[in-house]
Amino acid sequence: MGKIVIRIQDLSKDKYVLPGHSACPGCPETLGLRYVGMALEEDSILIIPAGCSSIIQGTMPKSSLAMRVINVPFASSAAVASGIANVKESLKISGIPVVWAGDGATADIGFASLSGSAERNDDIIYICVDNEAYMNTGIQRSSLTPYGAWTSTTVTGKREGKKEMPLLILLHKVPYVATASIAYPLDFINKLRKASTIKGFKYIHLHAPCPTGWRFDPSKTVYIAKLAVEVGAWILFEAEESKVKLTPPSDTYVDKNKRKPLKEYLNLQGRFRNLTDEDIKMLQELVDDSWKLILKFT
Amino acid sequence: MVIKVLTGNYTVAEAVRLSNVDLITAYPITPQTTIVERLSELVEGGLIKARLVRVESEFSALAAAYGAASCGARAFTATSSHGLLFMHEMLWWVAGSRVPMVLAVVTRALGPPWNIWNEHTDFMGQRDCGWLMAFAENNQEILDTIIQLYRITEDEAVYLPGILGLDGFLLSHASEPVDIPDEDVLKDFIKPRSQPYNMCSDDVLTMGNLPMAEEAMMMRYDIHKSIEAAKNVINEVDEEYRKLTGRSYGGLAECYRCNDSKYLIIAMGGWVGTMKDVCDELRDEGYDVGVLKIRFFRPFPHEDLVRAISGVKGILVFDRSASLGSLGHIHAEVLARAYMLSNKVIVKGVITGLGGVDVGPKEVREIFMRFVKDVDEDGQIDNISEWVLGGG
Repeated sequence: MGKIVIRIQDLSKDKYVLPGHSACPGCPETLGLRYVGMALEEDSILIIPAGCSSIIQGTMPKSSLAMRVINVPFASSAAVASGIANVKESLKISGIPVVWAGDGATADIGFASLSGSAERNDDIIYICVDNEAYMNTGIQRSSLTPYGAWTSTTVTGKREGKKEMPLLILLHKVPYVATASIAYPLDFINKLRKASTIKGFKYIHLHAPCPTGWRFDPSKTVYIAKLAVEVGAWILFEAEESKVKLTPPSDTYVDKNKRKPLKEYLNLQGRFRNLTDEDIKMLQELVDDSWKLILKFT
Repeated sequence: MVIKVLTGNYTVAEAVRLSNVDLITAYPITPQTTIVERLSELVEGGLIKARLVRVESEFSALAAAYGAASCGARAFTATSSHGLLFMHEMLWWVAGSRVPMVLAVVTRALGPPWNIWNEHTDFMGQRDCGWLMAFAENNQEILDTIIQLYRITEDEAVYLPGILGLDGFLLSHASEPVDIPDEDVLKDFIKPRSQPYNMCSDDVLTMGNLPMAEEAMMMRYDIHKSIEAAKNVINEVDEEYRKLTGRSYGGLAECYRCNDSKYLIIAMGGWVGTMKDVCDELRDEGYDVGVLKIRFFRPFPHEDLVRAISGVKGILVFDRSASLGSLGHIHAEVLARAYMLSNKVIVKGVITGLGGVDVGPKEVREIFMRFVKDVDEDGQIDNISEWVLGGG
């Protein structure tokens, strides 16, 4: 399959996230949903479990999302998508079932249905929009909250690290796994478009810094998301048929010396306000471990 | 037409074959397992055109069926006991979305302790979800009711999902002759899939985002009204089915020898057959007794009940489930209606057969004779809700 290169000018000018949505200022999910619209246009059939995006749509009978949306129970989204994928051919359905789920719905409560769908290689796209905690219920820790972070259920800082969610799906041997960041829209859109051309289970893990939950200024969402990549705390890659390839700009950060200091990223976030020097050392070690681990798959 | 000797579970699979289903989701649990095994054989053998998804849990079984059904598929799944409880959240979602589909529930006790035997508590635990709830007395009725349920649930006056309950082991693993109609006979009865909206059409639809309070309450009320409206549809479909196959079941309830009866036994499920036999014997012995079989628990056959109890002196209700700390589920329904009509009729509830306790003709007769004695000699009963524990 050839590389699909897109330019921002070529993307749809249609609005897929409409004014009047009820997201917080600086919300990364509305950015992400816009990119999903720009990438897949009319093709997506969004399946959205409980989470911020259930609320962002606004109140019925109106909706701020100009895409097909099925709201579903928290743990069910991959299974609902699986059901649709299985009748797509026989019922001549045009469109792609696209799950849009948060980190809690993906890595915690919905993990079993996600794993089941991945193992069956259902023809769907699963996007985990990862804001690293249960933000919709008011900032409680998830298994994707990083070490040391304050949340309302880890008031002295989380003692466990972040689960390697994309690698867990990679080990299901699905045809496509990628990471993305809301700071790199073209990269995310490219990966979505590529995923839409592949048959089988596609997983994209989208890093989405949340000003409300991470305690930073809402004008800094994209800046923080970019920093996460530049300090090496979020690694961009894609894996076709389980072969991992780092994607720009993360490929340059294999060299640790090219990364910005982790502190630059941590200092801007209120959730890391109470970190000790030892905590920061621990976080740096966890980042280094993640790099070592991902490089084993390249 | 062909008559085959089939277990209750294989009968379910035959009904699914005849109902032109597009998607089946499969997850095993005793005593339901042989339904999905048989369906796998039928799908892999090319005898059913449906897709079969072997999911990783009951919760996903209903979620996947829901996804397909909301996109235009006629869907089916089956479960029991803990599997049904695991589905519970999805049951609300399917009904609230007004997406028709059919679920077979092979009834089984709930743990702890682990127990695979029969009782109706799992079925009754879904009472308030907004599903139509039918229950079969025998294997023939399993076949006919599943076929009917697809028509009923996809009727525009209803547009709700439906459960068929069947007794674990007593029916699921018991073989009986079943008259299987030719596909030609059902040709016009089995309609194309019908549903209120399709999430995979080209319309840009949103299902299930936040409502205002009044809209949310109105949607609940709409479901309530549709369950009421299903009464007519159930009767009409049962009558249409009779014209094609010669078989019908009285719609929501069957009145067996209950005209002019002084005593009425009310029950639901496989043991109604036993009660009909006991009723025949008692009639021969001069007792004016009849049996009212509850075929649909939702909608509840209030009108049939009102007709059946007019002039009756004593009503004896058998429940294979209990709302712990309160009454048997059918007993509570009957009491509410009976006392709205009259404060003279005596309504006694008996909770028995839980956890697999065997209830045969001997037990039914003993319980009945005791009830008759209380009513005739004392004109009252001491205990309106009695647990008959069995075993001695």
